[in-house]
Amino acid sequence: MGEKKIRILLAKPGLDGHDRGAKIVALALRDAGMEVIYTGLHQSLDKIVHAAIQESVDVIGLSIMSGAHLPIARRLLEMMETEGMKDVRVVVGGVIPGRDIPVLEEMGVTGVFPGGTTFDEIVSKIYGAFDMEPPKLFKKTG
Amino acid sequence: MGVAKYIKNEKDAVEEVIYQSGIRVKPVYGPKDLEAAGFDYDADLADPGEYPFTRSLHPMGYRSRAWTTRQYTGFGTPEETNKRFKLMISHGQTGLNVAFDLPTQMGYDSDHPLAMGEVGRVGMAVDSLRDFETAFAGIPLDRIGSGLTINAVATIMLAMYQAVAEKFGFPKEKISATPQNDILKEMIGRGAWIFPVKPAVRLVGDSIEYAVKELPRCNPVSICGYHIRESGATPAQEIGFAFEIARAYIENVQARGLSASDFVGRFSFNLNVYGNLWEQVSKFRAARKLWAKMLKEDYGVTEKKKMFLRGLFGGGGSGLTKEQPENNIMRGAYYALAAALTGAQTTALCSFDEAYTIPTPRAALLSLRTLEILMEEVGLRDTVDPLAGSYFVETITLEMEAKIREEMERVRGIGGVVDAIDNGTIHRILSKQAYEYEKGLQNGEYVKVGLNKYTEGDSGEQTEVDLHEHNEEWVEKQQAGLSELKRTRHNEAVKTSLQALEKAAKGNDNVMPYLVDCCRNYATVGEMAGVFRDVFGEWAEPAIF
Repeated sequence: MGEKKIRILLAKPGLDGHDRGAKIVALALRDAGMEVIYTGLHQSLDKIVHAAIQESVDVIGLSIMSGAHLPIARRLLEMMETEGMKDVRVVVGGVIPGRDIPVLEEMGVTGVFPGGTTFDEIVSKIYGAFDMEPPKLFKKTG
Repeated sequence: MGVAKYIKNEKDAVEEVIYQSGIRVKPVYGPKDLEAAGFDYDADLADPGEYPFTRSLHPMGYRSRAWTTRQYTGFGTPEETNKRFKLMISHGQTGLNVAFDLPTQMGYDSDHPLAMGEVGRVGMAVDSLRDFETAFAGIPLDRIGSGLTINAVATIMLAMYQAVAEKFGFPKEKISATPQNDILKEMIGRGAWIFPVKPAVRLVGDSIEYAVKELPRCNPVSICGYHIRESGATPAQEIGFAFEIARAYIENVQARGLSASDFVGRFSFNLNVYGNLWEQVSKFRAARKLWAKMLKEDYGVTEKKKMFLRGLFGGGGSGLTKEQPENNIMRGAYYALAAALTGAQTTALCSFDEAYTIPTPRAALLSLRTLEILMEEVGLRDTVDPLAGSYFVETITLEMEAKIREEMERVRGIGGVVDAIDNGTIHRILSKQAYEYEKGLQNGEYVKVGLNKYTEGDSGEQTEVDLHEHNEEWVEKQQAGLSELKRTRHNEAVKTSLQALEKAAKGNDNVMPYLVDCCRNYATVGEMAGVFRDVFGEWAEPAIF
């Protein structure tokens, strides 16, 4: 992608309002050189897909704490397929039990970031998906 | 180490300790520190049970009464919740703390498209009075108090609680409900808001006014520093912002011709135990004192009991880690110690598995046992305010009081708490702090055992904890019950009562009696909240950057 910045739409689908994680990840991704668009709370998947098209993003990031990550991710991927958004990657973060990570990956989710994932891991996963080198921002100092 | 900043020298000795609220801690304290801080026993502490209540609300503290434990409970359907309530009561729990699922919290019925995947997931699904009849069957509502963890539609749940009590033959004068009902903190953190700031605060005011007149044992609002802290606030901000939010509610109700003395005695608080032990201890003591002073000095409240900062000191969610989850059991015990050392009236602990899941029964019981051990084995009931007179604790309690005051003034300086929430100023302050703290955790500046230090033994493989199971059958049952209700209830009466509610919402009438009527007629939560959505609209969330 050359000099172009990765554009990511961070979204809180559904009704859950615990957004500390989404907000700090938004700040981290911005510091890591991405263009971050945050949808705010209580977004329907329709609105998220619409916003992703409107903003021509490269990545959709979902933050889900309620436990409904499997049905929500499945539905989003279906809708994206219908819309022909095959170049847009999906990443999911939140309260995700270990056993659900392979399930999400199999569905086509590019990166799954359960609580405790470091900013570095998130940033390098996303840059890696575009064969780009991530900036070294959050490495341990000592 | 922990949440405070520790600056060490090359020999690994701690040179400086700075708490999140900005208090710098000295290596040794003595009488001169109290003198320098202007410490005055009568003005700053006074005996337990005496204004300003720094030491305790009651003269005999836990000698006269241990704390009330109120683990957060609520699962799937009303039937399941009822079973869990009875289990917790049989284990010695003395009050209920009801969790609602997200559709209910957001004013949607179980069959609404936005409820997909969420029905009964993080709490009990409530569509109508019929669900309350099931959930509270066999519970002595005149003896057991209930915290209702709901905000945007707290008016609806309070009305429904009154309706269910009446149905079971408990007069409304005898029931004790504490709806959380703190919508402004919901807009700062937790996020279950619906309506714009102004009508949202009006609804809080309506429920306070109604409770004053009709529900003498109900505490209509529980002001939550808790979630503000979880969103990234320092302990001083947690209290300072919460008190400014309380001020917004007080002033809304005062504008209706009531005086603060008529209702502030019913306010309760929900405060967080997470953090450095001493900073928490000073926070709770300073908060009790400042609240009493604020009510006396700013609102002319004189009666002792009405100046009490009552409530739940507990939780500790953001201190828990997903890594080595059993460590959270120990963390919970120490967090609860801070509450016990400062005479918390009511408590509850996040369960060790909450970083993964809704607490399993085993984990919820472990939390309850932790609290019971603290109160009944360790010696926390021995004497009132055991830390009083400590050179260290008294000095930092005075410093904490000053820090909280600074935060309150800061909020007033940026246009008051209502505007600062509406325009996102507070969100941006807290998100930035949360981000900085998270970076500090990731680069090792703050130590978290099992996360960034002493991670040995954790091979990187996840420790599997049992997961609370979400049952799809419950969902179908709940939805079937709802459609059956809509067929069999008296739909004409529902319509009439909803129309009356709409008129009240558009005008200045208190909506509460109209809601009680709607509930009695089995109007659904979605229908009642739908009336408010039509009349008030929805809040537009401010930008985060």
